[in-house]
Amino acid sequence: MLNLPANFETYAEARKAGFMKMKEIKDNGGRIVGVYCSFVPQELLMAAGAAAAPLCASSDEPIPAAETKLPRNLCPLIKASYGFALTDTCPYFYFSDFIVGETTCDGKRKMFELMNELKETYVMQLPHSRDEAALRSWTGEVIRLKEKLEDFYHITITEDQIRDAIRLKNHERRAMLGFLELGKLNPAPISGYEMGTRLDGLGFNFDLEERIAIIEERTKEVLADWEANYKGKENSRPRLLITGCPNSGVRDKIIKTVEELGADVVAFDCCNGTREKVEPVDENMPIYDALAKKYLNINCSVMSPNNSRMQYIDEMIDEYQVDGVIEIILQACHTYNIESHYVKQTVTNKGKSYLMIETDYSQADKGQILTRLEAFLETLEK
Amino acid sequence: MSTTPVYFAGIDIGSTASKTVVLKDGKIEDYFVLPTGWNGRETANAILEQLKTRGYADAMRCVATGYGRICVDYADKIVTEITCHGKGGWAIFKKNMTIIDVGGQDTKMIKVIDGQVADFLMNDKCAAGTGKFIEVMATRLGADLNEMYEMAAHGQPLAISAMCTVFAESEVISHIGSGEKREDIAAGVIHSVASRVANLAARFGLEENIVLTGGLCESPYFIQTLSDKIGHPVETDAFARYAGALGAALTAAKRRDLE
Repeated sequence: MLNLPANFETYAEARKAGFMKMKEIKDNGGRIVGVYCSFVPQELLMAAGAAAAPLCASSDEPIPAAETKLPRNLCPLIKASYGFALTDTCPYFYFSDFIVGETTCDGKRKMFELMNELKETYVMQLPHSRDEAALRSWTGEVIRLKEKLEDFYHITITEDQIRDAIRLKNHERRAMLGFLELGKLNPAPISGYEMGTRLDGLGFNFDLEERIAIIEERTKEVLADWEANYKGKENSRPRLLITGCPNSGVRDKIIKTVEELGADVVAFDCCNGTREKVEPVDENMPIYDALAKKYLNINCSVMSPNNSRMQYIDEMIDEYQVDGVIEIILQACHTYNIESHYVKQTVTNKGKSYLMIETDYSQADKGQILTRLEAFLETLEK
Repeated sequence: MSTTPVYFAGIDIGSTASKTVVLKDGKIEDYFVLPTGWNGRETANAILEQLKTRGYADAMRCVATGYGRICVDYADKIVTEITCHGKGGWAIFKKNMTIIDVGGQDTKMIKVIDGQVADFLMNDKCAAGTGKFIEVMATRLGADLNEMYEMAAHGQPLAISAMCTVFAESEVISHIGSGEKREDIAAGVIHSVASRVANLAARFGLEENIVLTGGLCESPYFIQTLSDKIGHPVETDAFARYAGALGAALTAAKRRDLE
């Protein structure tokens, strides 16, 4: 299922188109805040009238430059983030008024200190558990970000503005989730490569209403195509779930390759998948409590323990009729790497196959990865 | 091939040696090994010449596997070495097991349950713990592989602690420089590889039956050392070196077992 539509916009094209939109915002005196991670409550940026710029972090180009300051044995995502900033080759970083980082791992936490020398980098202190004390502390961090935005831009953010932003962002989440849940259909109606690329690409469109319209339109189109051409047909291609670290930087090397080898990637338990989308912000709770609760529940491996991720993977395997799970670990990501022990347990307990691939953004292991993916698919051919 | 195949060939192009097994009526008809050399395509052609000379090529179905499998452009099918080692191992040992394959380029652990690969793990990022490590060190000691195994069996292992082949080579050079016996250095090298393989095995989790395939199963000293480090006997078989090629041949014949 790797038929890409004629008007398919590659990630690079979407990223490039975003540059122009960003320049336009800037030329018109607009506000731009750079972000890396799905833990940053975008509703607050929206309420401040600021666009959330997804900062570059998924190419190995700036890594040699980053390694002049950072250790080699560090996650490629962290090295790329810093390398793009250092070499001034990420237009999103360039146009950002300031950066919002977060303590999702030790590597990022310390890297942000160095990044702050290049551009103001504000760091949200994310707790690493989900108990009462953690929730209280995180609620405080959410409020502190609102105050930071008010101070920085000399504005007042009202509760109504935040409520409007919550409603719009929830709508966008639903639309994205609806698109990703096309993967539940069997046979698969769309390639996982396209799903992932589109989702990441839409992050470069700063008009949320437009984002929603585009993705709802594509969902409808794919569904109609499926009803007409695929529904009820036999399918022998194994259905895969991708889990683990953010995969934008290795999408070609792993996801595209495995689909070319004859599998369908139907589900994504990752930051650029359904992980952040499944739980909306509760529109009836007090706003800061609602935001804090939603974001603290993201199943990131920095959370300890992180049983809810295992439960979610367990449910996804059933809902998406998954045959095998591929876990992508970015080199030196200790939290996902260690947690893979429980993921493997969860998957194999359900009688499904599991493959873990530890890699970085280079092409050095392309051949080895190909062999593993081929062998993995052979084990699914029973 | 237009005629109905009578011969089923499995070709395993490894990084060091290329193995071929030919089946007929579910029995092993023939097998041979050639050095891989630097050009996989030339090796594949040399194997085809052999298959022609030995009279199999006109009525043959052929499956290629191994690191150079795509070089075999006359293969009817290409299957990874993981699946082939699993199938070949099953046909040789006929039981549920963990196969340890220490190859020239990587080390694999393959769990085989009821003739099927249930799980696998590969160390392919680093030469430590692979046959490559022994090859590099043998060259440094001016020995071929068989001499290396022979020397090791008569030595007291010296500690080689570096994790990286490049650094371990420097360590070996300093052992040479300080006048240590070649036998002791050779034993140290074998112990170092066995330790790495045992660690990988512990991480993977082992079945009750552990078997060794690949080139190193021809070294009794390595098998003994590995058994000691794992704390469980490691079995092998005279034909285990050909497990990958046998698995490929069985795949070509669409069979699970030999007659």
